[in-house]
Amino acid sequence: MNKLLFICLLLVQQLSFAAEVNVYSARKEALIKPLLDRFTEETSIEVNLVTGKADTLLKRLEVEGKNSPADLLLTVDVARLIRGKDKGLFQAINSSILEQTIPESYRDATNQWFGLSLRSRVIVYSPDRVNKSDLDSYIDLADEKWKNRICVRSSSNVYNQSMVAAMIANYGIEKTERWAKGLVNNFARSPKGGDRDQIKAVAAGVCDVALVNNYYLAGMLESSQKSEVVAANKIKLFWPSQDGRGAHMNVSGAGVLKPAKHKKEAIQLLEFLVSDYAQQWYADTNHEYSINPNIESNSVLKSWGKFKADDLNLGLLGKHNTDAVLLMDRVGWK
Amino acid sequence: MLATRAAQALPNGLAFKTSLSKLTKWNFVLVFLSLLFSIPLAVVFGSLFFPEYDVWEHLRATVLTDYIGNSLGLLVGVGFFSLLLGVIPAWMVTMYRFPLSRQLEWALLLPMSMPAYIIAYSYTGALDVAGPLQTMFREFTGWQYRDYWFPEVRSLGGAIAMLSLVLYPYIYLLARAAFIEQSVCVLEVSRTLGCNAVDAFRRVALPLARPAIMVGLSLVVMETLADYGTVQYFGVSTFTTGIFRTWFGLGNSLAAAQLSALLLVFVAVFLYLEKRSRKQARYHHTSSTYSSLMQQRLTSGQGYIALVICAAPLVFGFIIPVSLLINWAMDTYAEVLGKDFYLLLFHSLLLAFVTSVLALAIALFMAYSNRNSPSLLNRILLRFVSMGYAIPGTVIAVGVLIPFAWFDNSLDTLLMENLNISSGLLISGTVFTLVFAYLVRFLAVSINTVEAALVKIKPVMDEVAKTTGMRAGTIVKRIHIPMMRGSLLTALLLVFVDVLKELPATLILRPFNFNTLAVRTYELANEELLAEAAVPALAIVIAGIIPVIIISNSISRSRPGHE
Repeated sequence: MNKLLFICLLLVQQLSFAAEVNVYSARKEALIKPLLDRFTEETSIEVNLVTGKADTLLKRLEVEGKNSPADLLLTVDVARLIRGKDKGLFQAINSSILEQTIPESYRDATNQWFGLSLRSRVIVYSPDRVNKSDLDSYIDLADEKWKNRICVRSSSNVYNQSMVAAMIANYGIEKTERWAKGLVNNFARSPKGGDRDQIKAVAAGVCDVALVNNYYLAGMLESSQKSEVVAANKIKLFWPSQDGRGAHMNVSGAGVLKPAKHKKEAIQLLEFLVSDYAQQWYADTNHEYSINPNIESNSVLKSWGKFKADDLNLGLLGKHNTDAVLLMDRVGWK
Repeated sequence: MLATRAAQALPNGLAFKTSLSKLTKWNFVLVFLSLLFSIPLAVVFGSLFFPEYDVWEHLRATVLTDYIGNSLGLLVGVGFFSLLLGVIPAWMVTMYRFPLSRQLEWALLLPMSMPAYIIAYSYTGALDVAGPLQTMFREFTGWQYRDYWFPEVRSLGGAIAMLSLVLYPYIYLLARAAFIEQSVCVLEVSRTLGCNAVDAFRRVALPLARPAIMVGLSLVVMETLADYGTVQYFGVSTFTTGIFRTWFGLGNSLAAAQLSALLLVFVAVFLYLEKRSRKQARYHHTSSTYSSLMQQRLTSGQGYIALVICAAPLVFGFIIPVSLLINWAMDTYAEVLGKDFYLLLFHSLLLAFVTSVLALAIALFMAYSNRNSPSLLNRILLRFVSMGYAIPGTVIAVGVLIPFAWFDNSLDTLLMENLNISSGLLISGTVFTLVFAYLVRFLAVSINTVEAALVKIKPVMDEVAKTTGMRAGTIVKRIHIPMMRGSLLTALLLVFVDVLKELPATLILRPFNFNTLAVRTYELANEELLAEAAVPALAIVIAGIIPVIIISNSISRSRPGHE
């Protein structure tokens, strides 16, 4: 009986406890916790965190329904944000700070999700074996001259899915399928490992070019592992399709959930995540581009220079995700 | 065949017939428990009623043959090598004395504490084309990548090697326990009948140990089918990677559940074939006369050969990967260790302890109910509950999530309507849900182990005990428990280590601000930060070693004739 009373007291205490916000995050703890801690320091709002894979978190939200304790969902790609929106998990919010800071193409038209950081899927190459002038666009990678020279990770990875979805949005299914078939024909090996693995494979001579997210290369250049720094220094970054649509972009982002019981705090956290401090942290620690064009990028990012980004509406990536996966199955992209 | 066929023996439950009223109660609870733990599996099977024709047509036309081919290849490969690595050393360390044989007895279990995805990361880090070994080799010879041949770690063959190296201990553990429990008399008789050492192994010991070995093998097979981390990292498309691709990539969780259901059909067929191949034969020890096991001392030449054979799985499955991890951990331990880290350790140990104890208790209960009042229904229920082990943790987790959240939300609605109180999510998102999911996934391990042990207790022993006036409880306490002690500890150990290593269900179901060593390891390794991941990975291994050693010792001492 005493125990029961104690639990009740605990519950009451929980209810009256200082402000808090509950976050489901597809961004790994190590890559977000320092920011959340800083937020708590500044605002005294406690942040409760569960990390996991985006799709399982979406499933959990969907199943938990109206009683879900979560207030905010963070993802590391736009396709999942759109999937969340399609499932009706988010609510529209009004925040002039978010609207002013985030360019229109990187947030939802109905204010249900917001991009928080930017990354690009780029070509990396070995300057020893590839002439920079031979590189051109994503489309060009399907050319026969790259036979047995390309490394890229599995098509199960969402970054590849979003890239192909962008191709579908830009060029239509048929042209994209022909392109993907050519690309797969040029693979130097069956896809395996993550993006860092592809960079290492280029450095080791398995292939000459690879498609990776830019922050992985930056992370390796500043790695604590000497071997990663050595490998990363052997390769160079190339901005693809600069004469065409521009480099493929993706965002990490977040949306406030419908059942949110701490809506005010959730919006506060979102606003903090686009603040100068947080954006600088993204750039310095995770080597991502700031969603805010006015923020200085980190020195490695700066060394890659300015580039033309594909201004495709990111909402389309979610729309074409399933088509992209089906297409990659058909062309044998493992 | 010297083992008795006990098909003719008296039916099992006779000894307890007097307390019929109790039996029905037991039976009721058995049915209740089985149904409870079958809910997530039922959710998976339920998906079959909503066929997704389009997706299936697409899968059939493109990737399904790949999934099936690779899964079968993996299954056969891992099954074969785990048997080889498990049974032979188990027999050798039980029957012979050779250099280090005493140490190998327990050390051979160590790879069990190594999660498959971690051994995969370690070997890839070292042996991959971009790893230190091949880089050094290229620098030394001046050759390029295409100038030489080197086995590719990240391949189907590599996946078979990795999984076999960490899964063989299941077979080793159960085979060794079985060999130890065998009556020496049987073996001695076989020798007097003219069997040589190999024959005695092949014709007597092996058939007697077969139920135990098969339990081990079926655990290996199921664990292999459920593996996601290794095959995904190696780029081998199997059923499991297909499930996740269908779910995450195509956004179709229904078709993904249907793939899981198909996976279950695989398992069911395997279990059925195994049972059938044993036919009606049940193996019981004919004699309970135990004298201490005389281990034969090998000549030094033979001894060293035996040492090499038995040490190989240990070296490749444990010593090498752990050395690699230690090497990486040296660079990073300072930043990773801290108060936060000990909390992870505490969470992992607590979950493992609670789950293993509960799983053993439930398994004992179910196995006894089935033994005392065997019926077709009980058998089917037990087999069905045991299938959770073959399903990827993520799928189980969703199978737990759905009914629990439904219960919570219904309760909340009910309370709101009648009393205007909101209960919110009462059990969803708590540790309770997590432990429940673990039980669904790992009950197979404890049920199978306990059942294999119970089978070895001859029904006639119960009857004799009964004639001396012992009551059912006393029989269990004075006869069964001492005879099964080794197996019970084994069941406890297996679940404990499994929970320590468990990742996918933990990832989905855990409450806010609650992490485990496995979660931390995965998060770092998944970001390709292998060096940082090495510290929590080592912690899992070390936390797993301690119970492994304790229990291995108890098993050695568990032999009935042991002084």
